[in-house]
Amino acid sequence: MSESLISDTVKDAVEIVKDHHHDVHDHDVHGGDDHSGDHGGHHTSLGLSNTKLAMWLFLGSECLLFGGLISTYMLYRNRHSENLGPDQLWDIPFTSATSFVLLTSSLTMVLAVSAAKRKDLRNTKIYLGVTALLGGLFLAGQIYEFTVFYREGLGFTTSLFSSSFFTLTGFHGVHVSIGIIMLVAMIGMLSKEKVSGDEAEAVEMVGLYWHFVDIVWIIIFTLVYLIPA
Amino acid sequence: MTDTLETPSSQDEHAADEHHGPSDKQFVTIFLILAAITAVEVAVTYIDIGPLFLPVLLGLMVVKFFTVVLYFMHIKFDNNVFGRLFYIGLGLAVFVYAAALSTFQFFAG
Repeated sequence: MSESLISDTVKDAVEIVKDHHHDVHDHDVHGGDDHSGDHGGHHTSLGLSNTKLAMWLFLGSECLLFGGLISTYMLYRNRHSENLGPDQLWDIPFTSATSFVLLTSSLTMVLAVSAAKRKDLRNTKIYLGVTALLGGLFLAGQIYEFTVFYREGLGFTTSLFSSSFFTLTGFHGVHVSIGIIMLVAMIGMLSKEKVSGDEAEAVEMVGLYWHFVDIVWIIIFTLVYLIPA
Repeated sequence: MTDTLETPSSQDEHAADEHHGPSDKQFVTIFLILAAITAVEVAVTYIDIGPLFLPVLLGLMVVKFFTVVLYFMHIKFDNNVFGRLFYIGLGLAVFVYAAALSTFQFFAG
């Protein structure tokens, strides 16, 4: 009896897999969900791209990471000595310039995604390259800023303010660095035609990550730099 | 190596126009608006606008945030499922950390 049950279950499972395969094939051939904007690649039973779904899930979880870091900074931003606080250290014109650089990189990134969707490889690589350069410029600005603060006497363990500030902006800097690596890797993979699946979707995934880095900085720039403690 | 990923069909181009939201020109316009908002944010820190200072800065931050999310990240033009996943994470983060900050009486002073 149990053998018959196992056999029936296996048969049902095979049928489900066959049906799902058939559905996915129909979706790829006929376009499926008109609003998904997906072309090829692996799809979920919803007809959506697995890659894109995973990326949005990842970005949603990243909100919790940066939420924790921003909250910790907000809590400790007044815990510093009299001469080593935001009022004495912040250089708003300089940070505004680096913010503008990161914002500009978001434009070049979205233009890269747009070019990739037009299947324009040359412009895709150019825009990705410019985005990586602008990201590098932003990172250089952040390293310069950290160096200035350190020379002023603000180390990582100087105060609760400095620890929370360096942790928050440092984590963001690491994310920018990873983004630059992803951009450079994408240029290399496009050049060598090593991208498996949909090239436009691969560029779009890097774009989503890069824009997330930008929106995190939009919050940091306002809450950390512009609003005084 | 070629300069095109694939040869696009007219049908593909039509589909791209239909699904991928703003054109490049519109993206540049959105960028200029974001740059202008950033300039206003910085200007606000140098001029005295009294009690409006905090609401204005927070408002501009939210406008910039959602402009990038909706247009540059294509949430406005993509399947709702993607947006929901992101907004669940964002909403959870705002709720959890607002609650955490409240326990430290952050908003009291």
